[in-house]
Amino acid sequence: MCLFQSVMNYFPEEVLEHVFDFLTSHRDRNAVSLVCKSWYSVERFSREKVFIGNCYAVDPERLIARFPRVRSLTLKGKPHFADFNLVPHDWGGYVYPWIEAMAKNGINLEELRLKRMVVSDESLELLAKSFPNFKSLVLVSCDGFSTDGLAAIASNCRFLRELDLQENEVDDRKGQWLSCFPDTCTSLVSLNFACLKGEASVAALERLVARCRNLRSLRLNHAVPLDTLQKILVQAPQLNDLGTGTFVHDPDSDAYCKLKNAIKKCKSIRSLSGFLDVNTRCLPAVYPICTNLTSLNLSYAPGIYSSELIKLICHCKKLERLWILDTIGDKGLDVVASTCKELQELRVFPSDLYGVGNAAVTEEGLVAVSAGCPKLNSLLYFCQQMTNAALITVAKNCPNFIRFRLCTLDPTIPDAVTNQPLDEGFGAIVQSCKGLKRLSVSGLLTDQVFLYIGMYAEQLEMLSIAFAGDSDKGMLYVLNGCKKLKKLEIRDSPFGNVALLADVGKYETMRSLWMSSCEVTFGACKTLAEKMPRLNVEIINEGEQIEASPDDRHRVEKMYLYRTLVGPRRDAPDFVWTL
Amino acid sequence: MGVGSGMPTVNSHVSSCCLKTELTLGLPGGQKTSKSGSKRGFSETVDLRLGSSCDDEVSVSTPPPSKAQVVGWPPVRSYRKNMMKNCKYVKVAVDGAPYLRKVDLEIYTSYQQLLAALEEMFTCLTICNVVNERKIMDSSNGTEYVPTYEDRDGDWMLVGDVPWKMFVESCKRMRLMKSSEAVGLAPKTSSKGLSKS
Repeated sequence: MCLFQSVMNYFPEEVLEHVFDFLTSHRDRNAVSLVCKSWYSVERFSREKVFIGNCYAVDPERLIARFPRVRSLTLKGKPHFADFNLVPHDWGGYVYPWIEAMAKNGINLEELRLKRMVVSDESLELLAKSFPNFKSLVLVSCDGFSTDGLAAIASNCRFLRELDLQENEVDDRKGQWLSCFPDTCTSLVSLNFACLKGEASVAALERLVARCRNLRSLRLNHAVPLDTLQKILVQAPQLNDLGTGTFVHDPDSDAYCKLKNAIKKCKSIRSLSGFLDVNTRCLPAVYPICTNLTSLNLSYAPGIYSSELIKLICHCKKLERLWILDTIGDKGLDVVASTCKELQELRVFPSDLYGVGNAAVTEEGLVAVSAGCPKLNSLLYFCQQMTNAALITVAKNCPNFIRFRLCTLDPTIPDAVTNQPLDEGFGAIVQSCKGLKRLSVSGLLTDQVFLYIGMYAEQLEMLSIAFAGDSDKGMLYVLNGCKKLKKLEIRDSPFGNVALLADVGKYETMRSLWMSSCEVTFGACKTLAEKMPRLNVEIINEGEQIEASPDDRHRVEKMYLYRTLVGPRRDAPDFVWTL
Repeated sequence: MGVGSGMPTVNSHVSSCCLKTELTLGLPGGQKTSKSGSKRGFSETVDLRLGSSCDDEVSVSTPPPSKAQVVGWPPVRSYRKNMMKNCKYVKVAVDGAPYLRKVDLEIYTSYQQLLAALEEMFTCLTICNVVNERKIMDSSNGTEYVPTYEDRDGDWMLVGDVPWKMFVESCKRMRLMKSSEAVGLAPKTSSKGLSKS
């Protein structure tokens, strides 16, 4: 080791830096920075992309102090269960302090990627005005901003390449934000505003597309009509990725005919989405581009019936990623299995969220896809029922799963045939899929499934549990067994203090733990917080009387704990207590 | 209450957007394993504040199984839920046709548009504009159809009486009824004779 080190020290720092340039993954860079002090130093000055998985684990000052040359920042805010309304609206996750600090310190920020954060118009305005080289803004599942903030970005970011808004709750003020892109803006490569609800200025949009010759990805919102789409496609046949707006027109019309011709010329489209409103008789217009599609997202198109979906999918032989609604049915999944031999990722979302009585999919569809698509490695599957036999078959057919998320619409439904818990089925999955990194379980489950997970899921990093298990043993199996666990989220399961306190050191090896409607008590959380000063143990009290000192035996409704270098956060609202 | 309605809606404004579980609540106790006493069964988490029962389209004389809501289940992003909320699919039956269709009422802005869409869907029909704007005719055999709908109370109503938006909100399904059967049709009074199970 000594010889090695002294040999390495002969290399000037520039050489080390050049070597590190080849390391793009932040995990690799993190590892490299732990080797020795000089490597730490070289690495930190050369790192341009920083990933912060929990915005409260560090603070902006530490980021800037360690990585002064950061150009690209990824931040994640609220816990994952916030997506399902389990976290109150103003829990936290504000991006403003980060933007403010970077602006003050002259950071040359070019890219900002945020997930589940609160983004105010103020922060967007500050962002737009503070970083002259700003190129890329990606917001996923964020809220707190309006189209006024987008107008600020459009007006001020002269070299903007990417504006990608995915599934955000945006206050659409029906302003002319699209018109705010100056005529000199020609740099756009990617524009996604599908989540906006209001009218878009189609004239401004058409002009923007016409002058941005490098545009590769364009996703429209539902307010953009079909004839505008046609005009856009004529201007931008070089698109790789298209999200349509409304796909409704008279199929006998001239406009539709022109659209068909325009689409035929778009030979580079590999990814297709949208169809937020659709006249299924217009769908054949996209058949010509289906042959080359690698990614298809029809999960927001409830208007496409199973038979139409099947007709479309028959053309998509090169599909690698498919997101659809369960209206496709088991029969449709059969067709997917026989057509899409390159399929890697499948997501089947529930269509019947409001009880209109639509069909769902069952275990049969999943088995069919597993048999027909050997490259399948990522799954999100909402289904009406499941069986152990099916899961065992799936495990045999597809040992390559990296992400496996199964969600039965009834969260505690047993095996549909045997009435047994689904322990054996999930056990087969974790045993077979040695590379499994993410798992969500559902259905009737006992402690046994967690025994299997602890025993076999060696690479597991994220586990989601709901309405499962019998006792603390379940949670203990997981905490003791899964050495690489980073995120554990549990709701409505009978895990309590014994499990929580068995190995307090474990939580510093993890990013976070969420437990809601479980059996942990206030006293146990206090004990944990006392023992582990580098954890923030947050209790969320909603709608309850906030007593000065609640009884230690009182059950805690929602607990979120995470490792942190910076102690309790100062922006916690009244109903969040950091113990 | 007209025939065909289930239990009275507790909060009608909620029932149109209530998150229902697909299946009725089967308590874990009804299944194989006996759970330890401390386990919170699925049913205990039901948020009863928001009303435990909603109208069930399918039931006729027996009250529907109560469908309740669980916060955050199925785990779907609110963004997705809101996107799907904006579709109001209702079944459309035509007397004499072998199968039903579904239309999304949200995509139309007027009765005329809806009828035009129905015309397109059931291609043998044409809107008979001459006699009465709201009648539809099968031009091949001259049968006239009257568009009717079942509202939230379970009553069969004539399409067109109420403002469009009110219709969209209250319509659960539609039926193109043969004119010959529709003699004497009026809101509420003849619902018994016309309701379908």
